[in-house]
Amino acid sequence: MYLYFHFTVKKSEVECLIILFQRLVGRGDVRLDNAGLDRNAFRTILYSLFGMTDEKLMNRVFFAFDKDNDNCINVNEWVAGLSVFLRGTFEEKLKFCFEVYYLNGDDGYISREEIFDLLRNSLHQLSSKEETDEGVKELVDITLKKMDYDNDGKISFADFEKAVKEEKLLLEVFGQCLPEAKICLDFEALAFRHLDTS
Amino acid sequence: MGVALTRSAQWTAAGYGTRTLETTPLNEAILQEIIIFIESFIYKHPQEAKYVFVEPLEWKTDLDPSAFELGYVVSETTVESEEADKNGQPLLFFSVPQIQVRSFGQLSRLLFIAKDRKLKEAQACIEANRNPVRKILGFDYNAVIEDSSVLNILDKITEDNDPESQVKMKIAMLLKELDLHLLNHSLKHISLEVSLNPEAVKNDVELLKRFSGKGEETVLESITYTSDYEFSNGCRAPPWRQILGEMCYVLVKPHDVETLCITCSAEGVFLNGGKIDEGEINYERKGAIYKDLITFLKNTSAKFSEVMSKEQIRFNELQNGKDQPNETSDKKESDAIPKAVDGSDKGMLEKKQINFGKRQMAKRLEPSLNWKTTVDYKGRRSSLRDTHKEKRGGKLEKSAPSVSPGKTQLACKNVSKTEEIVSESSSESEEDEEPPDHRQEANADLPSEYWQIQKLVKYLKGGNQIATVIALCSLKDFNLAQETCQLAIRDAGGLEVLINLLDTDEVKCKIGSLKILKEISHNPQIRRNIVDLGGLPLMVNILDSPHKSLKCLAAETIANVAKFRRARWAVRHHGGITKLVVLLDCAQNSTEPVQSSLYDARDEEVARCGALALWSCSKSYANKEAIRKAGGIPLLARLLKTSHGNMLIPVVGTLQECASEENYRDAIKAERIIENLVKNLNSENEQLQEHCAMAIYQCAEDEETRDLVRLHGGLKPLASLLNNTDNKERLAAVTGAIWKCSISKENVTKFREYKAIETLVGLLTDQPEEVLVNVVGALGECCQEHENRVIVRKCGGIQPLVNLLVGINQALLVNVTKAIAACAVEPESMIIIARLDGVRLLWSLLKNPHPDVKASAAWALCPCIQNAKDAGEMVRSFVGGLELVVNLLKSDSKEVLASVCAAITNIAKDQENLAIITDHGVVPLLSKLANTNNDKLRRHLAEAISCCCMWGRNRVAFGENKAVAPLVRYLKSNDINVHRATAQALYQLSEDVDNCITIHENGAVKMLLHMVGSADEDLQEAAAGCISNIRRLALATEKARYT
Repeated sequence: MYLYFHFTVKKSEVECLIILFQRLVGRGDVRLDNAGLDRNAFRTILYSLFGMTDEKLMNRVFFAFDKDNDNCINVNEWVAGLSVFLRGTFEEKLKFCFEVYYLNGDDGYISREEIFDLLRNSLHQLSSKEETDEGVKELVDITLKKMDYDNDGKISFADFEKAVKEEKLLLEVFGQCLPEAKICLDFEALAFRHLDTS
Repeated sequence: MGVALTRSAQWTAAGYGTRTLETTPLNEAILQEIIIFIESFIYKHPQEAKYVFVEPLEWKTDLDPSAFELGYVVSETTVESEEADKNGQPLLFFSVPQIQVRSFGQLSRLLFIAKDRKLKEAQACIEANRNPVRKILGFDYNAVIEDSSVLNILDKITEDNDPESQVKMKIAMLLKELDLHLLNHSLKHISLEVSLNPEAVKNDVELLKRFSGKGEETVLESITYTSDYEFSNGCRAPPWRQILGEMCYVLVKPHDVETLCITCSAEGVFLNGGKIDEGEINYERKGAIYKDLITFLKNTSAKFSEVMSKEQIRFNELQNGKDQPNETSDKKESDAIPKAVDGSDKGMLEKKQINFGKRQMAKRLEPSLNWKTTVDYKGRRSSLRDTHKEKRGGKLEKSAPSVSPGKTQLACKNVSKTEEIVSESSSESEEDEEPPDHRQEANADLPSEYWQIQKLVKYLKGGNQIATVIALCSLKDFNLAQETCQLAIRDAGGLEVLINLLDTDEVKCKIGSLKILKEISHNPQIRRNIVDLGGLPLMVNILDSPHKSLKCLAAETIANVAKFRRARWAVRHHGGITKLVVLLDCAQNSTEPVQSSLYDARDEEVARCGALALWSCSKSYANKEAIRKAGGIPLLARLLKTSHGNMLIPVVGTLQECASEENYRDAIKAERIIENLVKNLNSENEQLQEHCAMAIYQCAEDEETRDLVRLHGGLKPLASLLNNTDNKERLAAVTGAIWKCSISKENVTKFREYKAIETLVGLLTDQPEEVLVNVVGALGECCQEHENRVIVRKCGGIQPLVNLLVGINQALLVNVTKAIAACAVEPESMIIIARLDGVRLLWSLLKNPHPDVKASAAWALCPCIQNAKDAGEMVRSFVGGLELVVNLLKSDSKEVLASVCAAITNIAKDQENLAIITDHGVVPLLSKLANTNNDKLRRHLAEAISCCCMWGRNRVAFGENKAVAPLVRYLKSNDINVHRATAQALYQLSEDVDNCITIHENGAVKMLLHMVGSADEDLQEAAAGCISNIRRLALATEKARYT
């Protein structure tokens, strides 16, 4: 477990997270390395524990957690991901959000098409689908104008970092992928409650 | 003044030869403003006052050469000023009856000489010089002014660097300022008179008739009166309805609505119950009241509103020049230019702007022209009035350019409604005038930002949280300091959305919205819109948010919005003051759990923003109270101990604002705030120094505080700040603090040590009034001591002080007279004052309308008369002076009465003068004052009476005027000064037999006997003398009885 020392989560807290993980997986007695949460189970957790609602984004968060791409979140990935949720520094969160957003494209950019996909539902339905699409397209242009500093028509990590550093509101620009501060507190109170009492 | 004169001033109908200004209240007001400007010019802008005009201003004057004195070479029929230009030509040349003046300095002096004929002279001057600006500055500068763009003027300055053209430019700017001021002023005048009258209604109906008929392009189908009979007063309503202010009833058939029956009354226009039968109308009101017919129709008929906005140009044209109604609008516009040219070329550009007001849209949106927009607008309004000579000129204009007239009307209504509720005493006057609300016209040539912003606002309205945040962030990238952008957001309906966002649970949206509101609320109009839309209560609620950065933003926005009274009221009314005070408490947050929120700010930042908002709010009296009650003072005191510069400014700013209240000053003393104020005087930040000095100025009314300032070493930094005179605001604050501190003797000694008195004398010239008032006040306090009087005299301080006696600022005059009074105690200084004719100037201040000035001047005369050589002769030399003094005994002000009594005491010491004032009836006037309870007045009155007894049968006369009995009652006062003066008066009066009896009858003897035992020798002597007179009379009567 010394592996996780570089996170800002304390050792005892890591233990709590592991216990929680075991409970969620429901097989506390089995060898940890093979146990894991699949996408559906993880989505339920995100919804019920962290108050996220957007299906599409929850999938993306799952993939961001799942570092080894085995469609299953193991205990290491769980602790690493949660430490970003709960105690992540600004830089860590920045990186995490970018990973969530650029996911599909493996080139490390958030492309125009991807932005369109992310913003597809961000407008209240206008009179026709074409009109709505037109509106979203314009919104994509506005977003790119704001965030694409090098004018290559896509958002690189450098672009993203610069834009967010300038305006923190842009951290979760394409939708929620981090739990709200208040929910984090509630979660910690729940998960670490044994620590407080001991 | 060019524009104001041509546009607003009401000239008599065109005639041949010179036209004259009509005598109307508006003209008079304009002239008065010009006079004030000219009068104050000489000491507000001493440099510019010396500038020699390109051409002299020349006119026929009624003044007499003999009126000119010091500084002029006077002969029988000519006067030349000693002041001359480079070529030795006098700046003022007067050969009866023509006068030529070539500098502002001379103009100022001339107005002083003209005294009560100022108005006449100013009028004559303006009538004879129809284009004064051109004469003053020469042709090319005139053109620059007309062009009126700041950029141009700046260019001009950088182009030629020689000092003269810089002075010229300065003058040009000053004149422009005056012009604006005059327009503003006349607008206020005009707006006062706006209310519907029969003629206005008639005009509206006639105009509408012309545009009515069948077809698409007309505004209405038909418009007719219900009655054809017109009464001689222009009304058509039956007499019994006229009593209610109703003028006529109109049947209107718009294109899209049923026929409307409308009542036009003096209060406004409204829908009535409609026509019942032939000639019978149901008079009852059925709808809202609108301010005029056009507004009513715009709100009732959409079609009318639409066609009207198209027809606006033509409609305006017709209002401007009704004589050629049939020409097309285009032709009219092109005609307007040559007409304007031959009218007066300087009005040309202005006129163009008036007629092409609409086409100026694009230009109007440029930020540098912001101030000009208002000019245009006002110019247009007043021009309408000019040609129209009616009181309704501005109305159409006002509602016309609005995108949605309905909304404006609604907003206006709201405003007036709330304004009624708001009735708070507020110490401030700035910022409280409603700025004219100019909405941008649709379909005009707008910059691209306008459309971009409009699009973003659309996303704000129609997007979910994600789209909203993106739109907010993009909106923030526009230059929100620019008025175009600010108004674009508002006009696109963005303010409503931004304010609605404050009511959601989305932290990000709130933050984004506040970030924008914070920027655009620098605009006074936007502030008002935010308040009208109910933004303040929402922001006040946000102050409770757990997110610190959100609190900061809300507080900062409140700080911007709460710059006017209604907003400050709203903040308090919704409990904002208490919440803002809580923000000041940095420590209390530390107990809360640390949140890993991205939107956190430091505690100090929260406190700083809280202080910033409180600073804005603290301009209202009730808010000061609320801050104190919420426990703000100890918190402010604690923050004052920190050393963050940008924290200290709002904190000290708030304290300084609040220190105008007495209980604050006590609290400030109790919280040991003075110590920190003094410490911060040594700061590097000029603004901080200014506010600290200002706070000390306010607090140092209290003696203990003055001592505290000294004990904490505050006098030295104050004295050294005097040497830096570039920052006038700070200088005013510093001199103010020095003034108040120097009320304590120990402080004066310190100031002398620091050589502050010499510096103060140096500040008597070339400083703005705010500084002068304080400098002179401080010198007045310092000169209570002999040593300092000597310093002031040796530094040549008397001459500038005497020069200041000709000012008009009341506060300054009061202080100057006090300072001169202090100096006049010194015989050597008195010689200088007399040589400079200071006594005459003081004497003429007795005519000042303000009682404080009168009283202060009369007090100052006392030491002058005491110490001047040949005082009696000097006093007699002031023609009508003694009569003036005696008549001041009819004043209502106790202070004036006391001071005049003191002056009379001194005057009466000269027998000849006493004889003169007796002739002017001083005895009955003094006697009339005898029944007073004011000890100060009693003392000086008694002294005056005892001095006046020395002439003729005045003693007897006082008895006859029943002054003796009340005097006896003065002996019951608690003031020994009153006792002494009264005993002396009674002693003098008791020389007369009848008075003796009155004194005795009123039971004075017992009290006088008691006073014989007083420690005060004068009192002893006077009391004894009086008793002996009474006793002697008694003996004499006894003797008479027995023989």
